[in-house]
Amino acid sequence: MAKLKDIAQLEDRLVAGHGMCLGCGIPLIFKVALRATEDPLIISNATGCLEVCTTIFPRTAWNTTWVHSAFENAAATMAGIEAMYKSLKRNGKLPQDKEIKFLATAGDGGTYDIGLQALSGAMERGHNFVYLCYDNNAYANTGGQRSSATPFGASATTSPAGSEIPGKLQRKKDLTKILAAHNIPYVAQANPARWQDLYNKAKKAFEVEGPAFLNVLCPCPTEWKYDESMTVKLAKTAMDTCVWPLYEVDNGKYKINYTPKEKKSVTEWLKPQGRFRHLFKEENAWVIEEYQKQVDEDWEELHKLVEMTK
Amino acid sequence: MKKETWKELTIGTINPNAGNSVQNHTGTWRSGTKPEFIEEHCIHCFFCWLYCPHFAVVIDGDKVKGFNYDYCTGCGLCAEECPTKEKSIIMVKENVQLAGGGEE
Ligand SMILES: Cc1ncc(C[n+]2csc(CCOP(=O)(O)OP(=O)(O)O)c2C)c(N)n1
Ligand code: SF4
Ligand code: SF4
Repeated sequence: MAKLKDIAQLEDRLVAGHGMCLGCGIPLIFKVALRATEDPLIISNATGCLEVCTTIFPRTAWNTTWVHSAFENAAATMAGIEAMYKSLKRNGKLPQDKEIKFLATAGDGGTYDIGLQALSGAMERGHNFVYLCYDNNAYANTGGQRSSATPFGASATTSPAGSEIPGKLQRKKDLTKILAAHNIPYVAQANPARWQDLYNKAKKAFEVEGPAFLNVLCPCPTEWKYDESMTVKLAKTAMDTCVWPLYEVDNGKYKINYTPKEKKSVTEWLKPQGRFRHLFKEENAWVIEEYQKQVDEDWEELHKLVEMTK
Repeated sequence: MKKETWKELTIGTINPNAGNSVQNHTGTWRSGTKPEFIEEHCIHCFFCWLYCPHFAVVIDGDKVKGFNYDYCTGCGLCAEECPTKEKSIIMVKENVQLAGGGEE
């Protein structure tokens, strides 16, 4: 098992001087996930907070080869890069045994929504790269519009809570399962508050032959509206309420990686976040009830999937 | 920080200088509080290093050494996640200097 002190000695591939917000969850994810490989690494990054905040020209916070892509095609960009390196090896321009790792990344807007087609295509074609979605539940970089990853009941600028609606009325899309349905070698959900699990999952993802998908919950103090020092505590609450279960699908086999000692009520997850504040008005009690029901259903379904794929 | 003119920049938005964002001192937009390191309480668990979004926790081998205030934004995550009974990191108020983006 990797020790924190040991991985801390490795070189950072994302460095200081980036412009992400105080308490942002994104750097916490990449600090750990990128340490899971020591091979040369090429990253394609769809636009979004990570991209914009790390590459204000002429500076870059990337200490590795990094390519900008448009909002919708981080996966297609990486598919092309991966195919090119394959061809270089085939044509003897690079040694056959030269290990190079490839990672495509985007936020939930760039993954669940506009980038889904490119992602699905690249996974289905079997390109050998890791796709990491940092799911901060919104189009954060452009001011917090709702995405299909925004939770039910959350207020976002395009699903504002008020007299018309109590926040977003649609259920969150279950993207991890959509990726699992591609029957690729490795799919997992992770969380920066559990670094060891995140590290192990990133390591597996880099090591498998073929496509791998990581969906990582990413607290965003700016759009979720909570005190920025609480990022890790909130990420833990997401695990303990089962709002964001940690699991993996390893060659079709589902495995739950974390089971809370006592499953907490979703209100513990909702309470600290301003985007759910309106739910605590009497007339919106049904939204919390419905949300709890959704979380319970998903958690139960996950157990069934574990059983079914044993 | 010296700003390059168009004559010095690479054509095609290619940046050959990996990691040159270290020239951006994010500490200039610190919140008004900053962490203070109390070494004698520290158990060197590295959680502050792990959870600092701005790469501002200084380590040397297997020891935590303190903070690099050039980058620390004062978010308080390190202090919040420090697990020692007697806190090894406390957040203290400081005089806020508005980010100027001026000369170094
Ligand atoms: C085709 C296209 N539409 C819209 C935009 C504007 N845009 C840039 S980033 C962004 C939001 C990104 O959201 P997400 O992928 O969730 O990443 P986050 O900002 O949350 O990190 C949008 C809408 C764009 N660049 N390209
Ligand atoms: S808006 Fe949210 S995701 Fe974007 S940089 Fe700020 S905290 Fe991070
Ligand atoms: S206050 Fe925030 S930015 Fe400063 S050292 Fe602590 S975690 Fe890092």
